[in-house]
Amino acid sequence: MTALAWTIPIALFLGGLGLAGFLWSLRSGQYDDLDGASWRALDDEPPERS
Amino acid sequence: MAETLSATTVRELAGDAPSSDTRALTLVVEGMHCGNCMRKVERTLQAVPGVVAARVNLSNGRAHVTTSPNGVELDTLVEALRGVGFKSYGLVEGTAPAHVAHDAAYLRRLGVAGFAASNIMLMSVAVWAGIASDMDASLKTLFHWLSALVAIPAVAYAGQPFFQSAARALRARQLNMDVPISLGVTLATGMSLYQTMRGSDQVYFDAAVSLLFFLLIGRYLDMAMRSRASSAAQNLLGLRATAATVVLPDGTTQRLPTRDVVPGMRILVAAGERIPVDARVRSGTADVDESLITGESRPRHVEVGDTVYSGAISVTGTLETEALAREENTLLADISRLMGVAEQARGRYVRLADRAARLYAPAVHLLGLGTFVGWMLLGHGWEPALTAAVAVLIITCPCALALAVPAVQVVASGRLFRSGIILKAADGLERMAEVDTIVFDKTGTLTLGEPRLVNGANIDDATLGRAAGLAIASRHPYARAVVAAAKARGLAAAPVPDVAEVAGAGLRHVGIVGETRLGSASFCGESDSIADSGSTLWLRTADGHATAFHFTDPLREDAASVIIRLSNAGFHVEILSGDGRAAVAEAAGAAGVTYWQAELKPADKIARIDQLKAEGRKVLMVGDGLNDAPALAAGHASLSPATAADISQTAADAVFQGERLAPVIDVLLVAHGARRRALENFGIAIGYNFIFVPLAVIGLATPLIAAIAMSASSIAVTANALRLSRQRLGRLT
Repeated sequence: MTALAWTIPIALFLGGLGLAGFLWSLRSGQYDDLDGASWRALDDEPPERS
Repeated sequence: MAETLSATTVRELAGDAPSSDTRALTLVVEGMHCGNCMRKVERTLQAVPGVVAARVNLSNGRAHVTTSPNGVELDTLVEALRGVGFKSYGLVEGTAPAHVAHDAAYLRRLGVAGFAASNIMLMSVAVWAGIASDMDASLKTLFHWLSALVAIPAVAYAGQPFFQSAARALRARQLNMDVPISLGVTLATGMSLYQTMRGSDQVYFDAAVSLLFFLLIGRYLDMAMRSRASSAAQNLLGLRATAATVVLPDGTTQRLPTRDVVPGMRILVAAGERIPVDARVRSGTADVDESLITGESRPRHVEVGDTVYSGAISVTGTLETEALAREENTLLADISRLMGVAEQARGRYVRLADRAARLYAPAVHLLGLGTFVGWMLLGHGWEPALTAAVAVLIITCPCALALAVPAVQVVASGRLFRSGIILKAADGLERMAEVDTIVFDKTGTLTLGEPRLVNGANIDDATLGRAAGLAIASRHPYARAVVAAAKARGLAAAPVPDVAEVAGAGLRHVGIVGETRLGSASFCGESDSIADSGSTLWLRTADGHATAFHFTDPLREDAASVIIRLSNAGFHVEILSGDGRAAVAEAAGAAGVTYWQAELKPADKIARIDQLKAEGRKVLMVGDGLNDAPALAAGHASLSPATAADISQTAADAVFQGERLAPVIDVLLVAHGARRRALENFGIAIGYNFIFVPLAVIGLATPLIAAIAMSASSIAVTANALRLSRQRLGRLT
């Protein structure tokens, strides 16, 4: 039973990590242009840093 | 917020530190479909001197450009894009899309609810499994407390849209779907917390949170549809904010936004440009294309003293005009006002889901209250009574209503999109499913809206090629038709140099052997027969040989068959046109429409539609011209071809692409299919209630049963909605 004392916090923490990742990706605008992003993935040339 | 967000993204991607000494511009770019277009637009914009960064958003067809503060004018960017074949225009400032921020907020709540639902479900499953095996009571309580720890903040955050909407409805002394949702979720959470403290089994945290998760999915889909529609409408509005070339008193010219033009200003309209405001011609002659205003496809010849209307396009010459009105007093603005009035009537439409909610919400409340009172009367005390009532509220919670209809709509709009139809109004499909009368405009709707050469078979290649060589210099629709005919035959129409265009007459070229003319009969020295005056061009070569080119605006190739199918399916079909009687009668005859009216003004079209409405008919208006825009807004539902005037596309519920008329039938089929799916979903949802509500009323709905009922009904309605995507839609009925 003591295993639960470890596994439950770990499960919650990992879940929270996923949530944080989702919120971060949302905030940084990764869902703003889903159509465009799917094409950019196919672009061989590195993004221009002008 | 959304604008600053994307501007920041642009800067970050450009590797610059965010700073205030840059300027952000947003362009709407038409015709971007794939990665190549996107890259081309970005490269082109980045190559313009003064541009710091440019990033395209393919989803909404916009380009966000960051420039140095006093670097680049919008016109320069538009010009650069035109150079590589993209039509673009600046987005009007101050119309930042608030809905984008809204969308993101819903996604955040959805993420939180999803996280909470999955973790609580994990613990709930452990507890349920523990019922069968030997789970310690204290461990069970620990799991319940952990669930409470996750559920309470999640409900408080993710449930806000529902709580707020319910509070608004209650303040207005109304019931909407969010009232039972809010009541169910808060009561379930509160009651579960109380039961957790007492160490009981009746804990519904998982149900409360997964309920919110499912409902938020439905809300988000609905919201995404709406914002896609409104950003399309906003892109179209940007078109009107064009600039005018104003001649200043000192003779220099300046580009001014149309809204700054005042009566009396002298405005220069070059060939191919749109006339910005109603104006009188001061000098120059030209043929102006007023098809957007009158529906008449043949350009009108204007001379000094004539009045030209905003929205018309000068096809041949340059005009110097004197503005007669401000932007808000033009014919275009009058039409928008007429449209606004007509649209209000449509605003009163109540959506299917809302109509169902009006019946459903009171029933749910009564059932919950009845359960509570019943248990009290039987003398069980308030606690089991409230628990049973909470179970009833959770089981009846309208997952299907809130999830099923948006899911059906999203699937339907995706299906339409694949066949080239863009759905703009979120409730447009529901209204289309109800129509029984279809009113068509003629020019540009039943017909293609552009003239085609009809006697091409009688013209030899050499003559057609020579005519096309001259015609390529002109923007006149007949000239374009000649070029198109030559191209269709595989002739390379080499442009002839030094072609002079005489407005209202034709084209002239003086070569070594003599003069070649392409134009009206009188211009070419031919006698003008009355029958085809105006719809014929003549080519007169240097040796005096003359050839006639006849043109007509043909019906869309499948127009007649589409109208037969619609009539057979029981729709009443009419033509209302602003064109002349003879032309409309001919088109109506060819298309097989018995009821038609010609020479109608926009107000007359509305009057006829109102008359049909008074007879109890639901009208689908299909039209393209500016003169149709008010009628499009007045109809119960409306449809425009993609070649329509911008304002008409804004007014229409859906826009279809291509040269065929068949999309009208596709839209009706999908609309009927979507309605059927939505009704089936209501049936599924109510069916589940019939099985599980009695269990809840007598207190047998354990948390496990509640969770199964809810998930199963949500999955069932979603699966049913998805069927619409691939299913063959049979005949129109």
